[in-house]
Amino acid sequence: MDGPTPSAPISPMPRHSPQWGDRIFAVLVGLGGVAVLVIVFAVMGVLFYQSADSFHAFGWQFLVNTRWDVRHNVYGVVPFVSSTLLTSAIALLIGFPIAIGSAIFLTTQAPRWMRGPIGSVIELLAAIPSVVYGFWGLYVLGPYMRTTVEPALYRYLGWTGAFSGTPTGTDVLTAGVILAIMVIPTIAAISRETLIAVPISQKEAALSLGATNWETTRVAIVPYARSGIFGATILGLGRALGETMAVTMTIGNHDAVPTSFFSQGQTIASLIANELTNSNGPLQYSAIIEAGLILLFISLGVNIAARLMLWKVLRVERGSTE
Amino acid sequence: MGSTKVKVDHVSAYYGKNRAISDVSVEFEDRKVSAIIGPSGCGKSTLIRCLNRMHETLPRTRIEGRILLDGEDILELDPVHVRRRIGMVFQKPNPFVTMSIYDNVSVALRFNGRHSRDEIDRAVVRSLQQAALWEEVKDRVDAPALSLSGGQQQRLCIARALAAEPEVLLMDEPCSALDPIATTKIESLVNELKNTYTVIIVTHNMQQAARVADNTAFLYLGKLIEVGPTEDLFERPKERLTEQYITGRFG
Amino acid sequence: MTVLAGLCALVALIPLASVVFQAATLGGPVLSISFLTQNPPLPCTPQPGIPCATGGVGSAIQGTLILVGLATAISVPVGLGAAIYAVEFRSRFLGLAISFTADVLTGVPSIIAGVFIYAYFVIYDPSIVFSTITGALALSVIMIPIVTRTCEEALRTVPHAVREAALALGISRWRTTLQIVVTTALPAIVTGILLSVMRASGEAAPLLFTAFGSRLGFQGFNNPINALPLLIYNFAESPYHNWIDLAWGAALILIILILITSVISRLVVQRMVHRMQGG
Repeated sequence: MDGPTPSAPISPMPRHSPQWGDRIFAVLVGLGGVAVLVIVFAVMGVLFYQSADSFHAFGWQFLVNTRWDVRHNVYGVVPFVSSTLLTSAIALLIGFPIAIGSAIFLTTQAPRWMRGPIGSVIELLAAIPSVVYGFWGLYVLGPYMRTTVEPALYRYLGWTGAFSGTPTGTDVLTAGVILAIMVIPTIAAISRETLIAVPISQKEAALSLGATNWETTRVAIVPYARSGIFGATILGLGRALGETMAVTMTIGNHDAVPTSFFSQGQTIASLIANELTNSNGPLQYSAIIEAGLILLFISLGVNIAARLMLWKVLRVERGSTE
Repeated sequence: MGSTKVKVDHVSAYYGKNRAISDVSVEFEDRKVSAIIGPSGCGKSTLIRCLNRMHETLPRTRIEGRILLDGEDILELDPVHVRRRIGMVFQKPNPFVTMSIYDNVSVALRFNGRHSRDEIDRAVVRSLQQAALWEEVKDRVDAPALSLSGGQQQRLCIARALAAEPEVLLMDEPCSALDPIATTKIESLVNELKNTYTVIIVTHNMQQAARVADNTAFLYLGKLIEVGPTEDLFERPKERLTEQYITGRFG
Repeated sequence: MTVLAGLCALVALIPLASVVFQAATLGGPVLSISFLTQNPPLPCTPQPGIPCATGGVGSAIQGTLILVGLATAISVPVGLGAAIYAVEFRSRFLGLAISFTADVLTGVPSIIAGVFIYAYFVIYDPSIVFSTITGALALSVIMIPIVTRTCEEALRTVPHAVREAALALGISRWRTTLQIVVTTALPAIVTGILLSVMRASGEAAPLLFTAFGSRLGFQGFNNPINALPLLIYNFAESPYHNWIDLAWGAALILIILILITSVISRLVVQRMVHRMQGG
């Protein structure tokens, strides 16, 4: 007796073999992946290429020269690096405590119903565009600094010599304050994540010893979240270093090393914004690009450091069974 | 029967709408070891966590009834003070990971106000001795707590709890995460501790209860089924359920 | 101590309140239909008897929509593709490299993105340096890493068991990925895309040297184009009152847009999750 010969399969065959579709898919998707890698190298490549003139002209002097002299075509990056570092330092000095305080408040002290809404609102701070902050800084914060804050600072702290010059409200200090505002949500949001990731067993250990809510936070939770908080801060620093619009509109745009908090200054980012298309010749243009390259390296370096730190902390916690 | 240290009076505890323990009344004798046994889910952890008011640190929890410590209802007192008088050791050792051995033990002292460096030193040594850990760590008290083995970490947690000089020590399945050797060390430790402290220990291991406890309470599905001197409970159980559990009819 | 911490949270919120308040009070009065449709007027200082034209920000709104739309069209396939490659082909070194690179790229200053495109086109094709195309490309440089990263996280949350079940049924790899894995992770993917759209809509720095800005509406892909953030930047620093008023209006619109996008993305995601759970 003939058994049925298996000729046609029971389920319908796809019109083309799956391998074909899979291969095309892999290629398409791979292109996307390659594009991401290409972007990094392309950015660096273009910047390197365009800053070659400046590098040939000034060499390593570029990194230590404090003059940005358009008339004599001599350029150095120190004024901008110092303003960048100064404004970022101000941003962290002001922003870090506020961000950490908020994060601690929201994760441990605030009543539960408050935590979600207020957390979302603080994250909304991060969504406001830089240019809007700059605008506000120009018309609200700047005048406020000029009329109220800076005279007071001069009165009480003028003896330190760090607050000399006429308070104008458009200076490195104001730019630093705006950066602080912009950096707070970043630091707060990530710190919150690390604080929440602290295993509950640590908290219970403290409570069982008769610790108050605050003592528990201080002894068991915050120390555990230390490296995560540090990583969050570094990430905030990375953001502050690259901010352009808000800084350009509030810093005064003066190409020299700032000598006081009331000095006008120029960060690398604001330098580019102001002078890239208005440069007086190819050498200045190349110098501006080289400054941009330096900014890129600093930002990338800081970001990589932050990510490495956070990667360890957050991935480990997500995998923890507690 | 000696004097009562802790009296649980018609206590029910809830997680949201779930009633984990129903109308439990039991007395724990002063300076004795009392075990709470029962199958998983019977509410023994919940009960012990009520005794130092840890139960209410979780959201949407509730306790009804009274819990008396030397006659005072702890549910009316400040929980922070209650937890200084009633200490706890948890199932999984939970030393503070960022601190050294020394700092872990001295934490409670630092909460309770000013102590001189000298006093703290002496208290740390004393607590580590009471926890039978001193000999093993005496030349490395500044080492990180995590450098200790699991069993040592648990003894560290015991030392840490004892440093606060509680009157009662609660132990929530303290040996379930430990190997047999470490378990034996802790069991003999418990035997020593009862000279100074009232110990209440939750265990899912009946043999352990038989080894360490003077009195034993049997819980099932949130209700207290039977309580009494350990020997009586195991050899002459009064309730059928108790007998079934002890003879292994259910886990 | 709680009070101190609470104060910090409060202090953090004050600038937000101030910015929104300012934009609302100065920008609110300017809003109108003509504000949304007309193009910006010429700069003018009001003379007695001759008021300045009010105009509107129509060209900026149009420009933002076109630029962000184009950039999204470029960034989503690339970003999603990269994310899929990184997650599904993870065992290869390339996958890890892509993941890390995208992570790091999100930290590149947005102005560098603009400089990159500008510097490239200055050499490659100077005639279109200031154009819609370059503007969209610059925004893409910013959006792609964000899309990649968020999609990657979204795809990672899909349990391996789902993929295995599909593959075991004989479904081809590409179908499994697109029709099953991506669909499962869709809420998070959509959120990520909306996040990058929000970010791109507010960026001015990358457009300074690419889209460049213009008073007029869309003039073709090869010509400069306006955008809301650019308008704000250009007008805010000008001495002309009619322009400054328009800038506040534009700022208010941006803030409202962001709020709406934020709320919509949350609602849409909730709906999607609800539906997927069979609610």
